[in-house]
Amino acid sequence: MQMLREERSMEFIEEEHYEELIELQVHPAEWAVRVDRIPHIWCSGCGIGIAMIAFIEALRELEIDLRKLCVVSGIGCTGRVAGYMNCNSFHTTHGRPIPFAIGLHLANPELKVVVFSGDGDIIAIGGNHFIHAARRNVDITVICVNNFNYGMTGGQSGPTTHMDGKTTTTPYGNVEYEFNLPLLAASCGATYVARWTTVDPRRLRVSIVEALQKKGFSFVEAISPCPTNYGRRNKIGDGIDEMRYYKEKTIIKNFAPLEEAEIHLGGPIVCGKFVDKEKPTFLDLVTQVIDKKARGE
Amino acid sequence: MAKRGPVLTGEHFLLGDFACAEGALASGCRFFAGYPITPSTEVAERMAERLPEVGGIYIQMEDEIASATAILGAAWAGAKSMTATSGPGFSLMMEAFGLAILTETPTVIINVQRAGPSTGLPTMVGQGDMMQVRWGSHGPYEIIALVPESAQECFDLTIKAFNLSERYRVPVFVMTDEEIGHLTEKVVIPPPEKIEIWERKLPTVPPEKFKTYQTNGDLVPPMAHAGSDYRVFFESLTHDERGYPVMKADAHQKLVKRLVDKIVLNRHKIIEYEEKYTNDAEIIVLSYGISARVSKRAVRMARERGLKVGMFRLITAWPFPDERVHELSKFVKGFVVPEINMGQMVKEVQRVATDNCQIQLVPHAGGDIHEPEDILEAIYQVHDGKAPRRGDLLLAM
Repeated sequence: MQMLREERSMEFIEEEHYEELIELQVHPAEWAVRVDRIPHIWCSGCGIGIAMIAFIEALRELEIDLRKLCVVSGIGCTGRVAGYMNCNSFHTTHGRPIPFAIGLHLANPELKVVVFSGDGDIIAIGGNHFIHAARRNVDITVICVNNFNYGMTGGQSGPTTHMDGKTTTTPYGNVEYEFNLPLLAASCGATYVARWTTVDPRRLRVSIVEALQKKGFSFVEAISPCPTNYGRRNKIGDGIDEMRYYKEKTIIKNFAPLEEAEIHLGGPIVCGKFVDKEKPTFLDLVTQVIDKKARGE
Repeated sequence: MAKRGPVLTGEHFLLGDFACAEGALASGCRFFAGYPITPSTEVAERMAERLPEVGGIYIQMEDEIASATAILGAAWAGAKSMTATSGPGFSLMMEAFGLAILTETPTVIINVQRAGPSTGLPTMVGQGDMMQVRWGSHGPYEIIALVPESAQECFDLTIKAFNLSERYRVPVFVMTDEEIGHLTEKVVIPPPEKIEIWERKLPTVPPEKFKTYQTNGDLVPPMAHAGSDYRVFFESLTHDERGYPVMKADAHQKLVKRLVDKIVLNRHKIIEYEEKYTNDAEIIVLSYGISARVSKRAVRMARERGLKVGMFRLITAWPFPDERVHELSKFVKGFVVPEINMGQMVKEVQRVATDNCQIQLVPHAGGDIHEPEDILEAIYQVHDGKAPRRGDLLLAM
């Protein structure tokens, strides 16, 4: 029965299979999920699940072998994604999925290595690793779910929290400037940079497909509601309200000047693909050196 | 230049740090991530030069946290991996060591100890990280730490470190020091077939029955690699046999107990030490690394003066050779323990010798090695019955 479920789940492509799946009670993402780990821990109204499904749909489209796929996460709500994926799952320490992923990738370049983690994990405590991985152009994909605060620990402020944003550690409003992630990634040398909100899972999926195909450091930011913490404290409302808010504020502008991608509380959210370019990866360059040595040069 | 292979068979005049790198290459290490720091930089430099020659990867990371984490990723992709550092970098790596211990990741760390705390004396010797390696990462655990006393042992013990890390799936530390790391002396590298290499145990179960930490009654589970037919589950939270997180005290007890037991119950296969003149010894100098070399001189001086003094050198610092040191404590007047810190391994001697004999620490804050005369003086202290016993130390506190 389990085999049949997985097969059916994997076969799902078009809507014509919906009825069969419903009858079998098979979720179309089941083929890529460790079903014995469900239910997940995310709150209702959270966007991480949407980002994860967009990722799974991208994997289906590219027919990526789950045995060759490594999903590496750090700590936090998004950090749980790796453990729900039925591939090689790596739940590392806080902030460290990128260096761990670099080790995996360089030791076996046949692996498809994806870092899937949150803004606190990747940009705050792991910020140094992020900028240097982008600078080296290491061939990994980083998907960062940005919910503007530390959700798992109860909603504290972080480097993406808006100026004036209310969190448990900024009860009178945040007094720090917010990080502009696409600008950061691009300026560090990322070869692919895109941002979407989880209101737009199809465009998010398309960007993840492109990022996974990109040879080099690719970065996709997925802006997600956090109704339990950030949305509630900033009077944006529940999950649906926050989705409506994102829908209202989104401006799609591919290859926009990245200064425009800064997000302010109540202000527009510029989404799109911002960078898509080619350059040799770290491994390409190291391999050149190894090949030279092998030729005795 | 002729192409060099991974094993440089022959006699060399080699720097201790270089010998560590050569030991790693001879063990099959093909991934090194590091960050330059005196006095360990030469290990990284040697790896940067040599790894491309043998098809391996050298990467200089942005800091020591990243270095110690990247080698874990490489290990799970199937590589033998290593990093090298010194005091300040070692402090930064503590987080990754805990991750390696909990996830049972085999890897090797070279710590060329310098004088601390903090930036301290970057270019000068210390042995102040002996307790940090044992207790520095949070939580209860056991690790293995080896201490070389020569460039030759830098080579030999790095190989041993890789072998132990593969067999017990634990990070293994080579706790050398600035003097040994920067000492150039004869190193003999045997032909590859004469070097014993232990490889990690791989799973053999069908993929659908695979669990990442299935031990089958053993203390060390086989290790699957990412990219094989098995789907690895690597979890920094407390986990069950599948690797899945379990937030329960009894699951934690079960996991931590096995992680501790796999070292403690195998300690007799792990522990190595060197004894000289201990058969008739009334006093034993117990030391390690560069301090052991100075101690050997002091022991000779004492013997020349007609004192029955023996030498006990720790090769394995952790796990500590409890049984043997306890045994010796029953027959001697006392131990003299020179170390380049203010008293670290001496606490282990006090613990296992109980009140059986005197124990005289010969401390040194670092920056230089002991004078043999200082050790000789401590030997006379014990000889004259003026050195403290464990009980005296407790009373003095």
